[in-house]
Amino acid sequence: MEEQDKILNDVTQGEYKYGFITNIETEIIDKGLNEDVIRLISAKKEEPEFMLNFRLEAYRKWLKMKMPNWAYLKVPPIDFQAISYYAAPKKGPKYESLDEVDPELLDTFNKLGIPLEEQKQLAGVAVDAVIDSVSVKTTFKETLAEKGIIFCSFSEAVKDHPDLVKKYLGQAVPVADNYFAALNSAVFSDGSFCYIPKGVRCPMELSTYFRINAANTGQFERTLIVADDDSYVSYLEGCTAPMRDENQLHAAVVEIIALDRAEVKYSTVQNWYPGDKNGKGGIYNFVTKRGICRGVSSKISWTQVETGSAITWKYPSCILMGDNSIGEFNSVAVTNNHQQADTGSKMIHIGRNTKSTIVSKGISAGKSENSYRGLVKVMPKATNSRNFSQCDSLLLNDTCGAHTFPYIEVGNKSSVVEHEATTSKIGEDQIFYCNQRGIDTETAIGMIVNGYAKEVLNKLPMEFAVEAQKLLQISLEGSVG
Amino acid sequence: MLKIKDLYASVEGMEILKGINLEVKPGEVHAIMGPNGSGKSTLANVLAGKEEYEVTHGEVIYEGEDLLEKSPEDRAKDGIFLSFQYPVEIPGVPMVNFLKTSVNAHRKHKGLKELTAGEFLKLMREKMDLVDMHTKLTNRSVNEGFSGGEKKKNEIFQMALLEPKLAILDETDSGLDIDALKTVANGVNALKSPERATIVVTHYQRLLDYIVPDFVHILYKGKIVKTAGKELALHLEEKGYDWIKSENGN
Repeated sequence: MEEQDKILNDVTQGEYKYGFITNIETEIIDKGLNEDVIRLISAKKEEPEFMLNFRLEAYRKWLKMKMPNWAYLKVPPIDFQAISYYAAPKKGPKYESLDEVDPELLDTFNKLGIPLEEQKQLAGVAVDAVIDSVSVKTTFKETLAEKGIIFCSFSEAVKDHPDLVKKYLGQAVPVADNYFAALNSAVFSDGSFCYIPKGVRCPMELSTYFRINAANTGQFERTLIVADDDSYVSYLEGCTAPMRDENQLHAAVVEIIALDRAEVKYSTVQNWYPGDKNGKGGIYNFVTKRGICRGVSSKISWTQVETGSAITWKYPSCILMGDNSIGEFNSVAVTNNHQQADTGSKMIHIGRNTKSTIVSKGISAGKSENSYRGLVKVMPKATNSRNFSQCDSLLLNDTCGAHTFPYIEVGNKSSVVEHEATTSKIGEDQIFYCNQRGIDTETAIGMIVNGYAKEVLNKLPMEFAVEAQKLLQISLEGSVG
Repeated sequence: MLKIKDLYASVEGMEILKGINLEVKPGEVHAIMGPNGSGKSTLANVLAGKEEYEVTHGEVIYEGEDLLEKSPEDRAKDGIFLSFQYPVEIPGVPMVNFLKTSVNAHRKHKGLKELTAGEFLKLMREKMDLVDMHTKLTNRSVNEGFSGGEKKKNEIFQMALLEPKLAILDETDSGLDIDALKTVANGVNALKSPERATIVVTHYQRLLDYIVPDFVHILYKGKIVKTAGKELALHLEEKGYDWIKSENGN
């Protein structure tokens, strides 16, 4: 509860507080996209040939694709030639100690409250911080290395572990999977790579902080997580971005591969700049996140708290290939002002006795539109499979919208699929009840909304849950009407 | 403590209160009775500051200040407590968090140190005995899955925690069996003191067997048409509300 009081204080400050721009020398290549640009990106990153071929294949397929328009979103036209596809801080990307790092960059991290120093050690979190495209500092690598865990930037992985990258890249999200995944595959700049060897339980939560910085630079992150047999890892992703007037495109790809009996927990707290109260500016977030439970009895769970971005298009999914494998999706998506979100999950049951759960909690305020879109598909051979989906929508006023688009395809008779959905409006009576007990309206809304989202917040690792609670409250400030 | 002068109030354009006058002094218990639709609950809600109720005329002075100027939460922190006729459920919000937030909001307002979790739990256990409240209820979300009687008990339990100066009980007896009624009444009586006052809004006389009023007011068509001692309640019990209706031209 003290925590909630503190949250309240944060809330009253109002405006998006991470909206500042770091003034770092950045090397940006000219705007525009063609094969030469892709070759240039690959050359700048000193990539082996298989990577260049991967990029070119993706690019050629992308050229033939069209931007998807089935989502319940109004997306202004995006001029892909007006984007610069590569930006790297000018100083060399490798540092042995923090002293060598650009002080301004460190200052940015401090403003964000990212503990790059010892606090991290105390918290037991290894951070692979990504500012724009090049990884600046990776810590805990040695501790992890002792266990044989690889956790590094994607570029490093390409250089140091090309066989692993070659083997698993594109397994969960093929190059031409969708328009934005293809674009990402062609031009992605950097990201994170994680490999947990057989039988290893990763001793700490792995986390990456992303941050979009250089003006007009689309960001294309690529994350690949491979959990070998009988391994376990919990991975955290958190995002903030500086305030901008121009819309910024973001098209990341996250791939997870879980082998026999492996378990991967992937948690996200996303609070990119959503645009101002009039809907000006904000990030366009077109992300492809997919995990594939290749092995028997493997498990992948996605937990997300989404409060940011002007437009969100995101469906973290699981392909349940191995028999007895399990997929989970837990989501809280908040939209306020003019934000639009079309988000949900896909659970594809291929193996026998596979199980999946979808819990989606949408919260809409302002003039925003918040949609759940989900697909549960049970293949004919996926006998005795089960899915349970629960999609709840909470409306904070009369000007926002909540929509649910569930698609269910069941290919056999022994499987059971359940879907529950509710829509409710935050009760004036609930708020008055709190008021009558001396609790002011902001705090009351924070309590009610956090209560509503509790089921999902409980799935987050502790330190993330606290941040997520704050975010919910901050993003709904002054929004009940 | 409380002075209501010529109070008119309407909800959704319909005038419900049509000139209420009432004075409550510390230590007093006032019962407000009347047939359905006479404006009893409206009066309770207007005093607590519910938004939909629009005061069109008159004034309410509480502890020397204009009550109607204040927000509902400030009224609460200044010592006005409403025991709701229909307490709402707040799913996912644990009772303990809710109550601690509430108690600490009151304490902060009074310039007292906020209670730590441990201190609060101790206070809570003390007060739970008063209304025979079970931990199985305090471990749940606010009012979620509570029976009608449990919800009313929970209201009195909160009243015990907050120790209001002026408690307004809105139909606290409705839906209670006789045992629950006694428990609730005992809770209310235990909090009686020369500094505190209570307004009991009720349709029936039976609660007044346990919470004995100093004054009984009959509200009819938005006005107090009769005021007397506790014997008036007994009279009503015997004769019903018809004689009031005919006396007042309907």
